[in-house]
Amino acid sequence: MSLLSFFGRRTTAPQARERLQILLAHERIATSGQPDLLAKLREEILEVVGRHVAIERDKVIVKMERGAGVSTLEVDVEIPNDVQITKRAVGA
Amino acid sequence: MAKVLVVTSGKGGVGKTTTTAALGAALAQSGQSVVVVDFDVGLRNLDLVMGAERRVVYDFINVVQGDAKLNQALIKDKRVDMLHLLAASQTRDKDALTEEGVARVIDELRQRFDWVICDSPAGIERGATLAMRHADVAVVVTNPEVSSVRDSDRIIGLLDAKTIRAERGERMEKCLLLTRYDAARAERGEMLKVADVLDILSIPLIGIIPESTAVLNASNLGSPVTISNPQSAAAQAYLQAAQRLMGIDIPVTVPAERRSFFQGLFGRRVA
Repeated sequence: MSLLSFFGRRTTAPQARERLQILLAHERIATSGQPDLLAKLREEILEVVGRHVAIERDKVIVKMERGAGVSTLEVDVEIPNDVQITKRAVGA
Repeated sequence: MAKVLVVTSGKGGVGKTTTTAALGAALAQSGQSVVVVDFDVGLRNLDLVMGAERRVVYDFINVVQGDAKLNQALIKDKRVDMLHLLAASQTRDKDALTEEGVARVIDELRQRFDWVICDSPAGIERGATLAMRHADVAVVVTNPEVSSVRDSDRIIGLLDAKTIRAERGERMEKCLLLTRYDAARAERGEMLKVADVLDILSIPLIGIIPESTAVLNASNLGSPVTISNPQSAAAQAYLQAAQRLMGIDIPVTVPAERRSFFQGLFGRRVA
């Protein structure tokens, strides 16, 4: 805990930064001519992973970030520890 | 080889016109021949900021529509030799700017000047897209504030899609000019830091203009800050940004406005 927050003064700039990053990640895709790209990717990833592992719909997070030279696609799939991984997935 | 530069931002009130005047003057003070062109038809202000409001006879629209020759409309600055202004019309609207007419005038300006600096209107409508259309390089003016950063991001997207360079598949050079920056407030976590804005927008930084009384004084006087108060931190930052535009590689520093003893003593408490 920093001295500032100890005295009850919370800084706002970090929140500004975080809100902008989240908002712009969505807006860049919406204005780049591929409005449904992220939603489509999410559905297809869900389908492929779901063929092999039981996962919950809301545990799949797909993010895209624009960098100077390249953009990165971040896929976060949460798999519960107690699921049965099918033979097909193990063999692959 | 002439360069066409657009000063743009999306959001209004961030300092496009101030920047156009200051960068134009700074480049001219460095010996380059410069014309600053106001694209804000109907809400022209570059003439006022440049102190030439009473000298406008013919404007950009008159030249675009062929009612006046370029020579009749160009206003030569009285303080800096190589600096010229092409004012916008105050009575017409943006539809008076035709795509072909603008292309023809920009072409003609390219042949006569080293730098053609287009002052874009706010927004993403016709006036703004016409101002950026012919640019080789864009200066994206941004305040360290959420709405300005968001709009700049949108403008960067448009620069990569709607300019002639982008359509030809060529590289559209874009750089960030951070204005109204207060290093002390950023340090206290009350304002986005330079690094935050650069991280989010991912374009190279060309300068940081501090929040400064010199900038408002300059517009009050109708004289670009690099002329009216060249020693101020804001003017120095603009002069250095102009050097970088000319390809001189100097590091960007966070400027601090010098305070007098009394300002230092009392200024902070009042603010």
